[in-house]
Amino acid sequence: MIDIDKIRSDFPILTQKINGNNLVYLDNSATTHKPQQVIDSIVDFYSSMNCNVHRGVHYLGEQASIAYESVREKVKDFIKAKKSKEIVFTSGTTESINLIANSFGRSFINKGDEIIITEMEHHSNIVPWQILCENKGAKLKIIPINNNGTLMIDKLNSLITDRTKLISLTYVSNVLGTITPVKDVIKTAHSKDIPVLIDAAQAVQHIPIDVQNLDCDFFVFSGHKIYAETGVGVLYAKEKWLEAMPPHKYGGGMISKVSFKKTSFAEVPFKFEAGTGNISAVISLGKAIEYLNDIGIKEIQKHEDELMRYTFDKLSTLDGITIYGNAPKRCGIISFNLDNIHHYDAVMILDKMGIAVRSGTHCAEPVMSHYGINGSIRVSFAIYNSKEDIDGLIYGLKKVQEMHQ
Amino acid sequence: MDEKINNIQEEIIEEFSKLNDWFDKYEYLIDLGKSLEPLDEKLKSEENSLSGCQSKVWLKAEIRGERILYLVASDSLITKGMISLLLRVLNNQYPEDIVNADLYFIDKIGLNTNLSPSRVNGLMSIVKHIKSYAKVAPNINK
Repeated sequence: MIDIDKIRSDFPILTQKINGNNLVYLDNSATTHKPQQVIDSIVDFYSSMNCNVHRGVHYLGEQASIAYESVREKVKDFIKAKKSKEIVFTSGTTESINLIANSFGRSFINKGDEIIITEMEHHSNIVPWQILCENKGAKLKIIPINNNGTLMIDKLNSLITDRTKLISLTYVSNVLGTITPVKDVIKTAHSKDIPVLIDAAQAVQHIPIDVQNLDCDFFVFSGHKIYAETGVGVLYAKEKWLEAMPPHKYGGGMISKVSFKKTSFAEVPFKFEAGTGNISAVISLGKAIEYLNDIGIKEIQKHEDELMRYTFDKLSTLDGITIYGNAPKRCGIISFNLDNIHHYDAVMILDKMGIAVRSGTHCAEPVMSHYGINGSIRVSFAIYNSKEDIDGLIYGLKKVQEMHQ
Repeated sequence: MDEKINNIQEEIIEEFSKLNDWFDKYEYLIDLGKSLEPLDEKLKSEENSLSGCQSKVWLKAEIRGERILYLVASDSLITKGMISLLLRVLNNQYPEDIVNADLYFIDKIGLNTNLSPSRVNGLMSIVKHIKSYAKVAPNINK
């Protein structure tokens, strides 16, 4: 059982009043707030250690490099990767996916090849593949979704051909909260030697991860959605892929030898980390993982599952509400609309009451098209959310409905 | 500047001064939105659709004699309410007066402070479209 009051007290922003009301923050899929421990780690870094990493051999340079690399180790343990060299630091999920599209895609996708994604992807897991396919003359194929928000996974076998070179799918839908059957997809794909990329931007903060058990080839997520600073992300890839893939950008810190005739590149993972990384954000990611480990991701999962059920039950009591998707396995997110009320209007009124939720298409327009809507209200949870937050939300939604009567 | 435009603005400011808090203001906007005459579905075309707004907005202008008549729609009631205020001030006016209108009522009734920045931008984008149509409208002598 987690101590919600103790956890809330770790997040200074939650004590803020918004328009005179207590803040009810339920837009955690967009970004989570940061505990004091994470905020302190950023200040500490600049106060005592600031230096570029993997360059200076002076004291501060060494200290910063040790701290930076210890985070790689922590990330490795957090997602249960085999080796820390399989962890590449990026600026976020978007860059991680673009890295794979520009590197793996450049080397291994050719004219006539096929890439499979799903109908429930975030634009970040659609557009890089769409552009790659356009450039290469390859084909993008889509696993459709059922109305209950699950994937039509039985279609996968018929979508796979001998030209399929990659399957890229989300672990958790950023609109519907559906947990997709990634393990089944990976098993099917591997039986045909097709690598699989998992977009875990909405998964790592909610459910325990074991990339070796999943056996995925690529696994990506963002730091800022998991209580760390913005501007850091992770690309996990099996070592064999990182060895086989060319760098996607070139510059300092990623070479082993440079002359005007020829340049050779550094070892994995450094050949994918050209230029100075977002060092303080990486440090903050290490602290965020420590923070999560101290609470325990399984405890977090239990708490958030309970909150999800509570929210679902409470929302279902409202008249004139349509909830999108009802997958048996879901986490973190619920999307809905109120009859005859524009999601944008609803969210503006909620904001006046100090309730932060998201409206719009959530960077997933194909999901909106599937349900024939131009947007929705989205509620998303984090460890610090309580049943009181949900009660506040329900009160706010009733007020929205009242004002529209 | 046509006196009429400012008279209407003063009327609106007076009405809003009776509304106590943002709840009342929003409720009033929603009511105004509901009462805005629905736009013919045919006019909700790509051509008439405005960009820069988070909710959908369609705008069509027609010359009626020497004045301009605007037809506007939105899928958001609050946006419609705001538009209905704009139209109350600017509809059926001479093009020159529309172009020169100083829409101080928006600030005075607290819309700027009660709306999110993105919504204020959306509103300003509608104003810009209304004015830009008046600019290119045939220059008719009063």
